Amino acid sequence: MNASNPNPPLWKRICDTTGLPVCRDAEFFIKLNAVCAVVFLLVGGLAAIALALTRWQAVHLLPVEWFYRTLTLHGLNMLIFWILFFEVAILYFACTTLLNARLFSRKVAWASFGMMLVGSLMVDGIILVGQADVMMTSYLPLLAHPLFYLGIILVAVGTLTGVFNFFATLWQAKKQRTYEGSVSLVVFGATAAAIIAVVTLLHGAVVMIPTFLHSLGLIAQPDPAWYRLIWWGLGHQSQQVNVCAMVSCWYLIGSITTGAKPLNETVCRGAFVLYILFINIASAHHLLVDPGVGSSWKIWNTSYAMYLAVLASMIHGFTVPASIEVAMRAKGYTKGLFGWLTNAPWRNPAFAGSFLSMCIFGFIGGITGVTLGTQQINIIAHNTLRITGHFHSTVVGGTSLAFMALTYYVVPLLFRKDFVFRPLARIQPYLFAGGIVLVSLGMSFAGSLGVARRSWDIEATGSVHGPSAHLFLAVLGLGGIVAFAALLLFILLTVGTLLFGESNVGRPMADWGTPKTLSTATGHGHGAAAPALAPGAEPAHDTRGTLVLALVFLACFAVYYFANWKALADVWPVR
Amino acid sequence: MSIHSPDADWFKAPTGHERLWIGLAVGWCVVLSLMMPYWHFKGRQNSSGESYRTTPDQFKARVERFSEANAPGTKGNFEEGINSEVPAPPGDIYLIAKQYFWYPILKLRAGETYRLHMSSADFQHGFSLQPMNMNFQVIPGYDHVLTLTPTAPGIYPIVCNEFCGVGHHTMVGKIIVE
Ligand code: HEM
Ligand SMILES: [Cu+2]
Ligand SMILES: [Cu+2]
Repeated sequence: MNASNPNPPLWKRICDTTGLPVCRDAEFFIKLNAVCAVVFLLVGGLAAIALALTRWQAVHLLPVEWFYRTLTLHGLNMLIFWILFFEVAILYFACTTLLNARLFSRKVAWASFGMMLVGSLMVDGIILVGQADVMMTSYLPLLAHPLFYLGIILVAVGTLTGVFNFFATLWQAKKQRTYEGSVSLVVFGATAAAIIAVVTLLHGAVVMIPTFLHSLGLIAQPDPAWYRLIWWGLGHQSQQVNVCAMVSCWYLIGSITTGAKPLNETVCRGAFVLYILFINIASAHHLLVDPGVGSSWKIWNTSYAMYLAVLASMIHGFTVPASIEVAMRAKGYTKGLFGWLTNAPWRNPAFAGSFLSMCIFGFIGGITGVTLGTQQINIIAHNTLRITGHFHSTVVGGTSLAFMALTYYVVPLLFRKDFVFRPLARIQPYLFAGGIVLVSLGMSFAGSLGVARRSWDIEATGSVHGPSAHLFLAVLGLGGIVAFAALLLFILLTVGTLLFGESNVGRPMADWGTPKTLSTATGHGHGAAAPALAPGAEPAHDTRGTLVLALVFLACFAVYYFANWKALADVWPVR
Repeated sequence: MSIHSPDADWFKAPTGHERLWIGLAVGWCVVLSLMMPYWHFKGRQNSSGESYRTTPDQFKARVERFSEANAPGTKGNFEEGINSEVPAPPGDIYLIAKQYFWYPILKLRAGETYRLHMSSADFQHGFSLQPMNMNFQVIPGYDHVLTLTPTAPGIYPIVCNEFCGVGHHTMVGKIIVE
């Protein structure tokens, strides 16, 4: 831990729980961005429940215009606003506290925040008055009001400005030598996220600026196929930003809750580098059944560009639980294959949320994502609810749940208030995970039966998909109710804590529960009391349990993947 | 911990289970990568993306010519929004998407191979053939060609699965296979 100086300079304070330095400027903007993120999560959540109850055909809540309007609203508020505001908060945290550094500039942080907020409000306003019923992808020739595009451009530029503040802080910290040696893994992951964000947002500028000018009538319509190619350079790569941020959260939470330490820094960092290098053209997997791009382009870009990023996720998916296993075994939880796992702090909502996020992201999101993104298999998936089912297990069950998990530490450590209704907080991650798994499976199975995404009514011209499709849409609806309840609970708990939580200034935060070191602990592996090793020798890591989990994962992956080839082989021959 | 700077000598090769897993993961990614070229040559379902530039007007004219040639008296139906059944011999066949219908209703024969040209007269649409659940994107300005072989007789609905406006969910056409 950081040696705490009794009289820290005014720009920072020393955390009463962790002993880490907290830059006061950064703290302010982390809070501001996080609060905004949660407000947009609420807007997106209200839209979500309305959508889920509309797609559940037996309920069919919204009228048709409002369904498409709400869908546009949901996509943007969730995928863009909630996620981006939260990510800016994470970046500010990573570049200050973890480097003992001071935020580069308050002014830049205000400018970033202002642009993002104004842009988001502009987008939401124009959607709600019915001038932008174009979905978040706004595929040309569909055209929205110019303010819609302007709002998105403002959000993108605002985010870029925040990312600039992050890099400037890194540069300043390096120059002033606020830390020694290499940056920590979490900072490294956040930096990877920031680098990808820059590339992503530049794609956004390339596609949104001409579209904005076109909506003003100043230039001719850009080509719709070109629009798709560049838009997905924004749309897909931004998912890689989310993955980096999520994986950083996994490492961070594993570290805080169980004392986990990366088994091998080279491997973890290398995997982040793979994300940066090999995701650039993954936008291809959104165009697999498009005209205008040929087979070899599609195959090359999905295999080379995508699978090295997939490899990176498979590596993180192993190293995070493995590092937890090593830490737990070092604390003495060595019984059998899974003693470390059953004794993990499951009542700690941050740990539970983070571990569930990992499982949902890997077992559902990862497996479906790679399968659907296979060039030929995409024929039996494109634009069906299978796609929506896939990303509700990545960006919702994965990223959003990881961000919620982190909040269980952000609020006590930065807002310095202990959570109210702690027993409810302990079940919230389980409830959300359960709901989202149902949503995701309901969507995926309905999609396998051919049910389209973004469709208000699948019975408009008579029954096309049969009764089982309705069963799965009902599963989606029920899961939506559970997930929405958990989302609301999360917001009520955080807002309730901000308003009524007991202050923990001057003392450590109320402990969520972290595993105690047993008296039988050997300190095997990376324990606090690691035995002295011969120079250059590696501690022997016992990660049998994780290896078994990983092998189960690989088996599920292979079964699902080849089952889809089999399903593809049964449809009409096509070239 | 992941939040602290690593030891100075952090750069080293993985060992033990971690190394084993990385090996397995790399192997699996190689399998994933090879499956696509394998299917491209050996499989019968591929999305080659064959396409040509066109314009909505040019394409409309080609569809009208095609439908008049195979079902005399149908000229002008598309403009008026009337759908027509068009039986077509193997070879080039045409399908145009427009808010909110697919024109014409193609009548094909099982076991024959067709070159299906698809384009849009207005917005992007999604060609989703049920119940096989075969999906392709339809983009204005692009003549997207699928070389298709229907395998069994039946009536196959074409659902639009790209949002194309407020009537999107009503946009269902069909292909009849005899
Ligand atoms: C309570 C939790 C949630 C529920 C019940 C839910 C439900 C839904 C439903 C029913 C749809 C419409 C599917 C369709 O008809 O095409 C949808 C779309 C979508 N959702 Fe969610 N969702 C939830 C949370 C989230 C979150 C947290 C995110 C992002 C971080 C997200 C991102 C999206 C996106 C990007 C779309 C697609 C929008 C489009 O097609 O343009 N959702 N969701
Ligand atoms: Cu359509
Ligand atoms: Cu449509």
